[in-house]
Amino acid sequence: MSRQEIKLTGYGGQGIILLGYILGKAASIYSGKNSTMVQSYGPESRGGACSSQVVIADGGIFYPYVTNPDILVSMSQEAYDKFLPELKESGILIIDEDLVTPKKTKKKMTMFSIPATRLAEKMGRKIVANIVMLGFFAEITRAVSFEAMEQAVATSVPKGTEELNLKALSEGRQYAQNILGAEKKDN
Amino acid sequence: MIKDREILTGEHFMNGDFACAEGAIAAGCRFFAGYPITPASEIAERISERFPEVDGIYIQMEDELGSMAAILGASWAGVKSMTCTSGPGFSLMQENIGLGAMTETPCVVVNMQRGGPSTGLPTVLGQQDMMQARWGSHGDYEIIALSPSSPQELFDFTIKAFNLSEMYRVPALVMGDEVVGHMSEKVVIPPKEEIEVYPRRKYTGPAEEYLPYKPDEDLVPQMVAAGEGYRIHVTGLTHDEKGYPVVDAEAQKKLVPRLVNKIRKNAEKIIEIEETNTEDAEVIVLSYGISARTSFRAIELAEKEGIKVGMVKLITVWPFPEKRVYQLASKVAGFVVPEINCGQIVYEVERCVKGKTKVTLVSHPGGHIHDPRDIFQAIRNILK
Repeated sequence: MSRQEIKLTGYGGQGIILLGYILGKAASIYSGKNSTMVQSYGPESRGGACSSQVVIADGGIFYPYVTNPDILVSMSQEAYDKFLPELKESGILIIDEDLVTPKKTKKKMTMFSIPATRLAEKMGRKIVANIVMLGFFAEITRAVSFEAMEQAVATSVPKGTEELNLKALSEGRQYAQNILGAEKKDN
Repeated sequence: MIKDREILTGEHFMNGDFACAEGAIAAGCRFFAGYPITPASEIAERISERFPEVDGIYIQMEDELGSMAAILGASWAGVKSMTCTSGPGFSLMQENIGLGAMTETPCVVVNMQRGGPSTGLPTVLGQQDMMQARWGSHGDYEIIALSPSSPQELFDFTIKAFNLSEMYRVPALVMGDEVVGHMSEKVVIPPKEEIEVYPRRKYTGPAEEYLPYKPDEDLVPQMVAAGEGYRIHVTGLTHDEKGYPVVDAEAQKKLVPRLVNKIRKNAEKIIEIEETNTEDAEVIVLSYGISARTSFRAIELAEKEGIKVGMVKLITVWPFPEKRVYQLASKVAGFVVPEINCGQIVYEVERCVKGKTKVTLVSHPGGHIHDPRDIFQAIRNILK
C-alpha cells in the first residue's frame, strides 16, 4: 500500500499550515484517498521554523507523523536548514529560490525551485505566495490532481478571495509547466 | 436558529477539536461553559462560533471550577451541556464532577489530555489522566469514559457520550489527547435522521407524585427541569428520594450503592470495544485512543513475521470490559498494553486476566506517540 509523506516548511505567518490543510483536504475529500495533517503548534507556528506534516495513503494511516518525507517544501532558510536532514534519500526538495539558498550536500535528491513570493508580489498580493507554491507543488509532484487542488483551495480560503487564490494556484502551475517543458527540450 | 446549520452533513477535512464541537452540536448540546487551555481551546473556539447559529449559549468562565458548576446548573435547567479542558483544568473540575455524579446530572466533560503532571507539556500529548477519569473525585461513584483515536471518532464518541450521559444520568467523559485533537483528517457528518440522539429521561406524571430520586427499574431516576412546576431539591449531601438531605447510614446505603450499581449492573449495555482478529490470536494488543491507532501499525509489522495478533480497542474505557478480557486471557500467550503514561490501564488488564496470561506494558511518558517498533518488540517478546 502506498504511503506518501510530505513536509511543508517555512516561517510562521507564511501560511504553511494552511498549505498542509489544503493539500490534505485535496487528497482526502477530493481524491478519495486517506490523508492526515499534523502541524507545529504554539510559538513555532507564529514565527520561527514552522511546519505541517501531511501523509497521503491508499490504506489506513496508523502513524500520522512524517519521519522521512518523500517531499520537502521549504519557504525559509531556517526551515530548510532545520528540516533538510530529514528528507528521504532520492526525495524531492522544493524551495522558494529567493528565500532559500541551497547548501552543498551529499544527499541524493531532485530539487525544484520557484520564486513563489516574487511571483505573488507581481500579482500584487504577497500573501498568496503559499498558494503559488501549492500550484507549483501540484504540477511537479502530482501528489493529487490539479482539479482536486483547485476545489480544496476554493473551499479553504477566506470568502471573497477565491478568485485571487485560484489565480495564484495557476501561476504556480504555469511556472512548473515552463520548467518541465524546458527540461524536455533539453533532453 | 439558522436553517441547515445545526448538522453540517457532508465530508469535511477537520481537526479533532472541531469535530468534537460538531458532535456536541449534533447531539443537541446548547450550553457550553469553559476556560481556555491547550490543546482543548479549539473546541471552545468552534463552539463559540457555531452556537449563535443554533441558539446555544457559550460562556467563558473565570476558571474550571466555575465551568463545571455552570454546566451542572444548565443541565438542571433542561439543556444538554458540555465543558472541555486538559490536564490541569481536569484536576480543578474533579470536585464538581463528583457533584454531578451525586446529583445524577447528565453532562459531558471533554479532556484533551496533554503531558503532566502539573502544567507539564502544554502543547503535546499524554494519556496520563485515565485513572483520574475513573477515580478523580472523592467518594464512591462510577463514571462513563470514552476514548477516541481520530477526528471522526471525536465526532462520533462525543454524540455517544451525550447519549450515555442522558441514559444513565452521570457525567460522561471524552478522554481525547493532543494528537487526535489537533490532527486534521476526513470527518463524515451524516444526515440528521441518521444520528441517534437519546433524549432526556423526563418525568411527565402528576407533579404531586414526583420523587426526583426514585429510580426506574434500571436504577436511573427520571428528571425534570427547574421551573417546570415540579418540586425539586438538588444537593451534594446524601439525600432521600425527595432529594432532601438525610445524613445517616441508612440513606447512604440506599443511595450510594445505587449510584454505583446503575453503571455496574448496566455495564454490559454500556461497554463498547472494537475487536480485530481476536479469535485465533496468539497475542492481543489492548489499547485506546491514539495509542490504539499506532498499535495497528505494530500489528502490521508483527503479521509480516507471521505472528497472529489480535486487537482490543477500547471505545468505552470506563466501565472496563473486564468479562471479555478475562475470556480472552485463557486463549492467548499474552496481552500487550501500549499507553502514553507510566502504566494505568495496564493495571486494569492485570486485574482482569486474573493471572491467566502475561501482561506487558509498553509505556511512553508523553510528548509523542509510540514508535510502532516498540510495540512490535513487545509483541515478539511475549512469544519468546
